[in-house]
Amino acid sequence: MSQAILCKEIPVPRKWVGTPIKTKEAPRLITGRGKFIDDIKLPNMLYAALLRSPYAHAKIKRIDTSKAEKLPGVVAIVTQEDVLKWCKPYPQIVPPPADKLLDYPIAVGKVRFVGEPVAAVAAESRAIAEDACELIEVEYEPLPPVLNAEDALKPDAPLVHEEVGTNLVWHEVFEYGDVDKAFAEADKVVSLKLHFHRFGCPPTEPHAVLADYDKGTGVLTIYCNNQMPMFCMALIGLSFNFPTEKIRIITPDIGGGFGSKILSYTYMMLISILALKAGRPVKWMEDRRENLAAGTHCNEVTFYVEAAAKKDGTILGIKAKTLHDVGAYLRYEPVGALLWIQVSSGPYRFKNLRMDVNAVVTNKGPVAPIRGYGRIQHLWMLERTVEQVARQLGLDPIEVKLRNYIKPEEMPYVTPSGATYDSGDYPTALKKALEMINYEEWRRKQKELWKEGRYIGIGAALFQDSGTNNFAQVRLIYHKNPFSGNSRMAEMWMDEFGRIIVAVGSNPHGQNHETVVSQVVADVFGVTPDDVFVVPGFDSWVHGWTGHAGTYASQFAVSGIGAVLGAAKRLREKIATIAAHMLKAKPEELEFRDGKVWVKGTDRSVAFWQIANLAYRNILELPEGVEPGLRVIYTWKAPFKLPDMEKKTVNATLTYSYQAHACVVEVDAETGKVKILDYAVVDDCGIPINPAVVEGQVHGSTMNGIAAALYEEFVYSKEGQLLSSTFMDYLFPTTLEIPNVKVEHMITPSPFTELGTKGVGEGSLVPLGAICSAIEDALSPLGIVITDSHNPPERLYRMIKEAQKRK
Amino acid sequence: MAEKRKIKLIVNGVEMEGEAEPRTLLVHFLRDTLGLTGTHIGCDTGHCGCCTIIMNGVSVKSCMVLAYQAEGAEILTIEGLAKDGKLHPIQEAFWENHALQCGYCTPGQIMSAYFLLSRNPNPTEEEIRRGLEGNYCRCTGYVNIIKAVKAAAEKMQKAVK
Repeated sequence: MSQAILCKEIPVPRKWVGTPIKTKEAPRLITGRGKFIDDIKLPNMLYAALLRSPYAHAKIKRIDTSKAEKLPGVVAIVTQEDVLKWCKPYPQIVPPPADKLLDYPIAVGKVRFVGEPVAAVAAESRAIAEDACELIEVEYEPLPPVLNAEDALKPDAPLVHEEVGTNLVWHEVFEYGDVDKAFAEADKVVSLKLHFHRFGCPPTEPHAVLADYDKGTGVLTIYCNNQMPMFCMALIGLSFNFPTEKIRIITPDIGGGFGSKILSYTYMMLISILALKAGRPVKWMEDRRENLAAGTHCNEVTFYVEAAAKKDGTILGIKAKTLHDVGAYLRYEPVGALLWIQVSSGPYRFKNLRMDVNAVVTNKGPVAPIRGYGRIQHLWMLERTVEQVARQLGLDPIEVKLRNYIKPEEMPYVTPSGATYDSGDYPTALKKALEMINYEEWRRKQKELWKEGRYIGIGAALFQDSGTNNFAQVRLIYHKNPFSGNSRMAEMWMDEFGRIIVAVGSNPHGQNHETVVSQVVADVFGVTPDDVFVVPGFDSWVHGWTGHAGTYASQFAVSGIGAVLGAAKRLREKIATIAAHMLKAKPEELEFRDGKVWVKGTDRSVAFWQIANLAYRNILELPEGVEPGLRVIYTWKAPFKLPDMEKKTVNATLTYSYQAHACVVEVDAETGKVKILDYAVVDDCGIPINPAVVEGQVHGSTMNGIAAALYEEFVYSKEGQLLSSTFMDYLFPTTLEIPNVKVEHMITPSPFTELGTKGVGEGSLVPLGAICSAIEDALSPLGIVITDSHNPPERLYRMIKEAQKRK
Repeated sequence: MAEKRKIKLIVNGVEMEGEAEPRTLLVHFLRDTLGLTGTHIGCDTGHCGCCTIIMNGVSVKSCMVLAYQAEGAEILTIEGLAKDGKLHPIQEAFWENHALQCGYCTPGQIMSAYFLLSRNPNPTEEEIRRGLEGNYCRCTGYVNIIKAVKAAAEKMQKAVK
């Protein structure tokens, strides 16, 4: 049983692991010496611009590029014809008939959302490429668009993909426990319709690709900022008519991702085709309008929920029908419609759950695995539902949440859908967060302030951040999907001078992998992090990788570090064997310290460089049977099983970090504006490798959640035009909107990982739960129920005015 | 395409020149013509502040300035902040306070902080928030950025005393 430790300062369990050392990445980034895609310039390089669809839905009747081709400086133009020559449609992971869906890097035959690429130009400058886009004539025949999931399911709805024959691309019912019995035994049944809005986590650096085809060797090098390119290679390899063994993928510094940079494989192929056609390297930098329109949205979900509860607020069961609006193409979908399965009962103990899941295509931008992918929608739905159960029973929502939480002594806890929550103490975390905002005092003040007409509310929520996913869960979408498990590869070597070098198959973009890896390795070899060089970025010809490689799904501290530890131990063992031979001792008598291997308790030692020299150059002095060189590879594999296809259960993720948030807000009844008066977070991600790095992730995730709850939304007009297409309308919060967030930490080490670490990073955007609760609490004298995840002033203003009229 | 013209200016204390079209933005001129890629582009619309530099002593978003407008100007970019291999106190404070993650917005944040502290060496938290409101960051929630600017102000005050 894991012990919860409440602390302001995180204890230091090892010399370097657990220490908030300054990061290794910062010096280059604070001096302007970071290397991002746009900073790379190759000889003879061209610049690309894309022409994109102005229509949500239209047939492409004709594309005439002749005027654009004549513009001086234009070298190559790619349209649907080139794409059909170079590509097969991307493979889909849905069962029939939606597996027939045709998806390419560029629109073929018709356009399906505003911003879909229609043509790509390579020219001597970006300005010329953009001029050329204006000279391309495209004749469209506009078609009626479908713009939400409910409309898309109507019998007469226009089809987004005729080849599929329906807009419903995936439907499945999951039933756990005895739902009907739970509802029969209920004292109270609560019904709700909820809407989880469409937003994104647009990183400050948009998508970027630089493709370089070497005519001499036939090698195509794709420099990109995709955050899981080697997973995407499965899609690229199966659809691109190009020899996969000659594709090399490089990611340098990446300017944020948050899941949105997973879908850029379509651009990686499109710009490659452009480079192949131009016969020169081509660089493409997405601009912000493109980025907001085409590829950074989260799953938009409509929920029809029913909850069965006892009089005391105990939740007996939940039935939910979900309609996921996944936009025009599936890309990574319908995974987002399934991932509730990682957190099926959230932090709660109820055992009876029916999920009727529907994924629907519409004429909006494709969705991406945005931070908290597929879980935030479900966890938010559970919070709204439990809260309404409490309110309709006349109980305190926070008390009802605490009553229904899984107890710490029940950990590890198996959920209805078969996930195993590894460790945690949810009630303590929530109570601690409430204490941090002076909950009791605000509760007292609240009643007086209500009398004065001031709408103060308190909200609290706890979401899990499920990390290290089991890819086999997608078998529950379609049993034939040929992937499962999770793994990570690391390569480590000591060079001939005794220096330690590590390369891991990840694509970090702010997670400080160079720093945390060097901390872990330093402890294994008895050196300092400065003595360990972690190869920056990712190069598929340098860094070892498996099909699960990448930086996503809150997992590096588990999978990446698992691989690093495995490699470090393997390398240490070999070094110890050689050192034992040199010192005439047994390997178990040795210790590693200060760049040397010592015979414990003596002054006899041999330096790393002496051992390395033996291994690399003076090899005839090596002990018998020892291979020259000091280079090892280790592949970490998560201890997962395949799903139970009959019960539809799966252990979908390995670790469960969680955050409890509590906040106080004031809603201005005259303007509808929400002001955050206090905000507190208690975070538990097991043993943190670098507490400063962890805290940074918590801050960022909290900000993203506040942004979603109050500011950011992709809004479409009834014609399917994106109305929030620049940062003028898509409200990226600034220093003036984001309050100071108080953070404290709890540690319940994971029993399933070697260091007790858990994945951290996504953080599940808990403010969506806490702020919606606080707003509802503030407006409870008016009887207002919050049913939308987005609550900008205009929505609340209207609701308040209507409620006041009713009174 | 209009003809290119030669632009002369002083960047980080060094006289530099290069050719630009009338429509060339200063940020593109700095990055592509002068090779100073520390100044980043995040939106092209003057919102995100990734391209913030100091021009004639004032912070500007260099995507909102034409290269022609910078003729004869004195420019300071992120590359000009550290002197003789020693980090500027703002850079040190960003490092010490973990005020960056991906680092893409960081040069702009640091240049805005530089301008703020040049005008107001001892800002309150509220003044720091107002001074940096034009610089977006998706990673940090701004918590550690604000902490770093406070710390930098203290460092710089101590250095003056």
